[in-house]
Order: sequence, then C-alpha cells, then structure tokens
Amino acid sequence: MSEHVDILDQLTASDYEYKYGFESQIEEEVVPPGLNEETIRLISEKKGEPEWMLQWRLQAFRYWQTMKEPHWANVRYTPIDYQAISYYAAPKRKTQPRSLDEVDPELRRTFEKLGIPLHEQEVLAGVAVDAVLDSVSVATTFREKLQSLGIIFCSMSEAIREYPDLVRKYLGSVVPPNDNFFAALNSAVFSDGSFCYVPPGVRCPIELSTYFRINARNTGQFERTLIIADEGAYVSYLEGCTAPMRDENQLHAAVVELVALAGAEIKYSTVQNWYPGDREGRGGIYNFVTKRGICLGESSKISWTQVETGSAITWKYPSVILKGDNSVGEFYSVAVTNHRQQADTGTKMTHIGRNTRSRIVSKGISAGYSQNSYRGLVRVNPSADGARNFSQCDSLLIGDKCGAHTFPYIEVHNPTAIVEHEATTSKIGEDILFYCNQRGIDTETAVALIINGYAREVLSKLPMEFAVEAQKLLAISLEGSVG
Amino acid sequence: MAEPILRIRNLHARVGETEILRGVNLDVYPGQLHAIMGPNGSGKSTLAAVLAGREDYEVTEGEVLFDGKNLLEMDPEERAREGLFLAFQYPVEIPGVSTATFLKTALNELRKHRGQEPLDAMEFMNLMRERAALVKIDPTFFSRSVNEGFSGGEKKRNEIFQLAMLEPRLAILDETDSGLDIDALKIVADGVNALRSPARAFLVITHYQRLLNYIVPDVVHVLYRGRIIKTGPKELALELEAKGYEWVTETDEVAL
Repeated sequence: MSEHVDILDQLTASDYEYKYGFESQIEEEVVPPGLNEETIRLISEKKGEPEWMLQWRLQAFRYWQTMKEPHWANVRYTPIDYQAISYYAAPKRKTQPRSLDEVDPELRRTFEKLGIPLHEQEVLAGVAVDAVLDSVSVATTFREKLQSLGIIFCSMSEAIREYPDLVRKYLGSVVPPNDNFFAALNSAVFSDGSFCYVPPGVRCPIELSTYFRINARNTGQFERTLIIADEGAYVSYLEGCTAPMRDENQLHAAVVELVALAGAEIKYSTVQNWYPGDREGRGGIYNFVTKRGICLGESSKISWTQVETGSAITWKYPSVILKGDNSVGEFYSVAVTNHRQQADTGTKMTHIGRNTRSRIVSKGISAGYSQNSYRGLVRVNPSADGARNFSQCDSLLIGDKCGAHTFPYIEVHNPTAIVEHEATTSKIGEDILFYCNQRGIDTETAVALIINGYAREVLSKLPMEFAVEAQKLLAISLEGSVG
Repeated sequence: MAEPILRIRNLHARVGETEILRGVNLDVYPGQLHAIMGPNGSGKSTLAAVLAGREDYEVTEGEVLFDGKNLLEMDPEERAREGLFLAFQYPVEIPGVSTATFLKTALNELRKHRGQEPLDAMEFMNLMRERAALVKIDPTFFSRSVNEGFSGGEKKRNEIFQLAMLEPRLAILDETDSGLDIDALKIVADGVNALRSPARAFLVITHYQRLLNYIVPDVVHVLYRGRIIKTGPKELALELEAKGYEWVTETDEVAL
C-alpha cells in the first residue's frame, strides 16, 4: 500500500513552475506603509478626486475601523498587519499616454511576456483591453468604437472625473461600504479598476477585457469595478489575472459590482491565476474579494463564470440578488487547489422577485495538501413566488492528502419555491491512473483528460478564446500536481 | 519457429513480504492463445499485473522479454504503446471522460509511438462503430463516461471493445469471464475469436473451464503456488474441470 501513497506523493510534489514569476523594472511611486485618514486623503489627492469621493472613502474607513476581520471561512493563515501594507503604487510617467505607442516600453514588454500583445489583441482578438498594472490604468483600446455606440468603458478614476452622476448613483449600491470588512477596506483605499456603462438597448459587440496584475512588492491591491447594463443592454466582461513571484503574502481585496436593469444581461468571466505560493505554502496571494450583482429590473440576467487556479488563499463568493421579476442568476465555477493552497469559494443567490431562477454549477479540484471548500447560500424570500434554484456541487480529489468540503445553505421562506441540490465527490486514485497508463496514456495526460472532462460544463460557458486559455491554465496548475 | 512474443524466465514477484510468483517460465508465440488456469490465490492475477507493470508488485528475480525487449524496464504506458494490453478483472470508472475521448487519446498515443499520424474525427468514429459491433456495444456508450454506471457485463464487453480498438500484439485477459452470464460470455468470446490473428497472441487467465468452451486455447497451463506445474493441450482444461485442481496439485506436492 505504501507504494500507492508514494506515487501520489510524487505526483503532487513537484514544484509548481509559476510561469509568470518575474518582476518588471518600472519606476513606481509608492506611498509608505500604514493606514489612517491621512493615507486616504493622500490617495484621493494623488488621484485628483472630487470632495464627494474623498468623503465617501473616509466614511468607509470609519466603518472599517469598527469592523473585525471575518474568520468563518475554512481557511488558515497568519494574521495580516494592515499597517504594514502600502496602499498606493502607481507607475511614474510624465503625461497620460494617448496611444499605445506612448506606453512605457518596459510595461509593454511585461504584457508581451504575459502573452498579451496589446496591438495584436486589438486587431486579432477583437478585445478592448483596459490594462491595469498595479493600480493605474495605462492603456485603453477600442475606445472610439465603443464610444460611437454610447458605451462607456474606462478606468474607475476616469469615471469619477468624467461621469460623476453615474458613479455616485451606482457605486456602493450593490456592495455597500459597510457590507463586510474587506469591502469596507476596499471602499476606503481602492486604487483603480474598470468602469463600464452600456446604454439602453445596446449590445456590446466585443468582449470587454481587463488584465489585472499585481506588481509592486508589499502593495495591497484594491481594485474597484462597476458595470452597469441599462435596459435591454448586453455586455460580456472578461477578467484575467497573473502576478509575479513573491515571498511575502500579498493582500488583494477587490470589489466588483454589477447592475442589470430591466431586460439587460451581464456575463462576467474570470480566470484567476495569481501566485499560489510555493509547494510548502510560502508566499502567495491572499485573495479576499467581494463580487456581487443585482438583477434590478424585470427579466434581467447576470452570469458569473470563474476559473480559479491561483492564490494561496481564496475567499470569494460572486453573488446575485434577484430583485426583478423573472430575473436569472447563474454561477459556474472551477476552483483548483494544489500544494498548500486553500480556497473557500461559492456563491449566494438571493431570490426576491417572482419567478426568479438561479443555477449553480461548482466544480472543485483538490490536489497535494490543499483544502477546497464550496460555500453557497440559496435564499428564497417570502416575496419570491415560483422561485427556482438548481445547484450542482462536485468535488474531485487527486491523492489522499487533500480535502474537499461542501457547505450548502438553503433558506426557503416561500412554499412555492423549488430548490434542488446535487453533490458528488470523486477521486483520481492510483487505480484510475494505472488504467490510463495501461492504455498508453501517461499520467500527466490522464490527469489533464480527467480534469478537462470534469470541468467541461463550466469551461463551455467561457468565451471561446478564454476557454482555450483556461484549459491550458488547468493543465499548467496541475503540472505541479502530476510530475 | 518464429521468436516468441512473450518469453518469461524464472519470474519471481512479491507484495510486501509475501512471495507470490515463485519462478514462472512461459513462452507465447504469435498466433497462439494460452490459457492460464489455477485455484484462487495461485498467482494468476499477479502474473497479469506484473506483466502490465503495476507498481504494487516487486519483481525480485527473473526476466521478461516482449518481442525481444526487456519488458520489466518499461513504464506501464511504454508497455501499452509497445502493444501489451490488459483486459482488467475490475475495470475502473473514469468520471467525466467519455469513452470516445478516452479511446481517441489512447489510440493516438499508440499511433504516435508507431510514427503514425493521429486519426481524424471521421476515421476514428468509423473505426469505433465497426469495432463496437464486434462486441455488440451500442454507439450511445461512446459519449458516456468510461465505465460509469455500466453493469458488470457492460464493463467486460467494454474491455474487449478497447482491445479491438487498440489492436495489441499481446492481449492479457484477466478473469474476463467472472461475473458474466452465459449470453454476455458468448458475446465476449465471439469478440475475442474475431480478434485472433497470426500476428497476435492471447494470454487468457481464468478460474473456470467454462470460457474455454467458447475460446479454444492452443495451450493450457496450470499455475499453482506461483509456478506453472502442468502444461498441456486444450483437453487439459476439460480434465481439470472433471477432476478438480486437486488432481494436479496433489501430484505437484509429490514432485516438490
């Protein structure tokens, strides 16, 4: 029997070769570590924000001071010293670039190493890229085309300056500043992020995309994203993430808010590949994110799709508030953990409107010594006549040292609701691998085959070019698990 | 006579401290079908597992040549690519991987090893349909996960279907007849008989003579306590059926 275990140890022990572990040599402007009202005033000032924004941040900071870091998630980590983090870092440059040619060549090379040649993407992929390196947006493409349709797609900083009415109306309307500890922190110190508004009846013709990348040492990254689809509008937004190798744990606490008005649809897709730490669990990103959408109007739809392979610790529950009658919320997730990674992720579907429907498909994959938890809440309020939910939560274990956990919470306060939950657990043991080997399939190919088959239902929800990338990413993350 | 496909010389293998194979000798030539019989615990399945390269078993002595190459030095997948196929006694279920995807991957690995181009989707589908008919496998199985939710008989038929797809040089059938009703047994036997060819050899491991009514062996061996103690023509199987294993094992005790 010991040899069984040995083989699986070997499979899961080889070093994770983090492909994106490099640091770009761009001069950065970093605010000294520490957090107080002065820090917030400094951030707001550096960004040239109006007074109302500063007051909004300060209010959030005061909430945050009264709050405690949550510890109900099934994750363990060393305490975070919030005073040791620097809350602002921006690449220094003299003037705002007007085109890609004006972008810092070093920065361009960084993107190219990541496989994001902006000019090629413009032409070939039809993707407008709003590239965020650390905290400031440095390049936005496809502006004019989007503008001709009335679509606003820009950095959050710019939106605060140029579209204050929209920002004031919706910022914090889905995730209020006092929603939770990390959301309050983000609201106080958020650096930048993306803003998108699609006007009534407009179907955004291209996939909107942002690449976030954490670059400066010890700099907490606090992105703020707000997407609004007005009545009958449609938008698909892609978020992809990679980060360079680090020894220190880095805190990432983003907030994403989605607002869908009547008949609108928002698709939000994420591929998250931040540094997960080494095989002993040293280093790696702490990813404590609040993502929430509201189906505000009748017959609106919000769909979250995520492929999570990175981060040392993930605490993330993209959720939908189904307020409008006949609105639809979806959550499709593949979460991979390997080595010492810990993930506690899932979703919340809150049914308020009549005949609201939600669908949850969660696929957890655990390897090495990792812990992977699904945590989900389906709540049907008394008003939600005819609400329906279907949840499918599957866990796949590779080896016998990892853990998979499922915490489904169901609260139904309306007798007409139908809520279904299915869960399965399977294991890739030595028997399956030997069976594949005996058919001429090596272990690595076998695991990739099984993982892709297992995650197919979720991957198929991603836009085509993203699905290919995600499939590669799954194989790369598990290269570490199958030597 | 041609060179043997499989040559086993003085093979010893153990699990932990227990020696299970204690000096097996065997030559299997192209076109032949050898039956290995023996009571429970005699080492039949161990022999199959050792040949396929299962890591739980430690080979302590002896040599195995597969088409003249040192089999024991190869990884399990290399053995498979060289043309060794094991029909498992307990086929595993592979969640989320369709039979079609699984077999396409396996077949193309084998083709790559032989320096052939991968089959395109059309050629592959046609091949699957043709070979599935051999063991009366319904094409709806192609899109189902490998062995998931299959009955015992379906799993065994699926093993022979895979054998037909991968066209091995040496096919080892490990108690393929166990748990089969008579109809399923006939289907499996018809499939195996259709796949017999002058370039291929079979090693059929079975506890009961019943299977050998349908798959007629060229040679029958009795494996007992980790050694082949008797070898004979197909009639040996019938004799064993009539007289029981004690008939040979008692002689063996004397010989020992």
